[in-house]
Amino acid sequence: MELDWSWRFAWEILPDLLAGALKTLAAVGIGYSMAIVGGLILALLQRTRSRLLSAAVREFVEFIRSTPLLLQIYFVFFVGPQFGVQLSPWASGLIAIGLYRSAYLSEIYRGGLEAVPAGQWEACTALNLSGRDAYFRIIIPQALPPATAGMGNALIAIFKDTPMLSAIGVAELMHAATVVGANSYRYLEPYTLVGLIFLLLSLPAAWVIRIFERWLRSKLGMV
Amino acid sequence: MSLWLFLVQYGSRYLSGSLVTASQFVLASLVTVVFAVTFGLLLLSKTYWLRAFAAAYIDFFRGSSLVVQIYWIFFVLPLLGLSLSPFIAGFLAVGLNTGAYGAEVVRGAILAVPKGQWEAAYALSMSPAKRMYRIIFPQAFLIMLPPWGNLLIDVLKGTALVSLIGLAELMFQAKQINNLTFLSAQAFGAALAIYYLLARFLITPAVRGLESRLRRKMSRT
Repeated sequence: MELDWSWRFAWEILPDLLAGALKTLAAVGIGYSMAIVGGLILALLQRTRSRLLSAAVREFVEFIRSTPLLLQIYFVFFVGPQFGVQLSPWASGLIAIGLYRSAYLSEIYRGGLEAVPAGQWEACTALNLSGRDAYFRIIIPQALPPATAGMGNALIAIFKDTPMLSAIGVAELMHAATVVGANSYRYLEPYTLVGLIFLLLSLPAAWVIRIFERWLRSKLGMV
Repeated sequence: MSLWLFLVQYGSRYLSGSLVTASQFVLASLVTVVFAVTFGLLLLSKTYWLRAFAAAYIDFFRGSSLVVQIYWIFFVLPLLGLSLSPFIAGFLAVGLNTGAYGAEVVRGAILAVPKGQWEAAYALSMSPAKRMYRIIFPQAFLIMLPPWGNLLIDVLKGTALVSLIGLAELMFQAKQINNLTFLSAQAFGAALAIYYLLARFLITPAVRGLESRLRRKMSRT
């Protein structure tokens, strides 16, 4: 069977897809900001003195990590109205993605925090630093560099999560392709272009993140 | 409707959905393992073209989204003359995707086997193939098991996306029940609970159990 690829059609639908891609990037930016902060909160909650709280947060993180994101998106989107809270597709989708990746990032932060030598904590105590100063001025700055690789991967992972938003009608890249396909009964060009756009964005991003990580490590004298 | 009544009425749908999910999981896991091992070994090949081919496969599947890959395999491959049912397209896409992640795990684990083991196998004049499957791979297998626990959970979560092309697995049934009853918390909550139980109390313990069994077996002289 011959390949029925039409360059003219591909060119025609490209603006629609690029508009969708911009919305995807917006979703990535917002979702990632939420996950960066949410992950830190989840990581710090697991280090509190209360055994019960940290065990509960630990189990919550495991729960989020072992269930499908698409199901979580549906849950947030549909359960709100049942109790009288109406959330837009954008809001519920981003809440779900932000929470999902928060759970992953909390594990990455946790690894970074555990890698800080105990002597640093003892020095904080010896210098009479408050818990807040100890965390924000001494511990977290040292915990971040080992976490950069994981944080970069999380950014790309969120990018690849965003097509699931199309399932609740967020008009991002995948949704734009599905609309174009449904209107023209042609799926070859839209879905192929979506795949290409994904590759063209995520492969260079992965490359930049690797270079940044290497630069940061050499800058901080870690080989 | 009480939760009990809800479960009595819709339990059979959840059960049939779970069975489809379980079969998708088993088949996608097999595809994942085969592709991960094959391409992990190809990444270590001495031939440049084989390495480049493996790297291209990995970049291709890791660089784009699983949703896009499922749609592409289901909607575009038929235009190229290969029509697959949602069931087959589903586990193939999930397996190919996770296999790309697994290939890196396999490669890393093989490289983590101590140099002395390679040298000892060489000193005993084993053929490269025998060295790999008798000496190196069994040790690498033990090293790669913990990350495989996470990969298998990714496979399970990946199968939920196959609902998007209409396969009546667990996620799909939850969506249907939600459309019928508008009891979203119950409909999706029950599905979340099933996925959680499968991942946390079946897959993770199974991989841990396999790991401790192999560790005992391999330390016995």
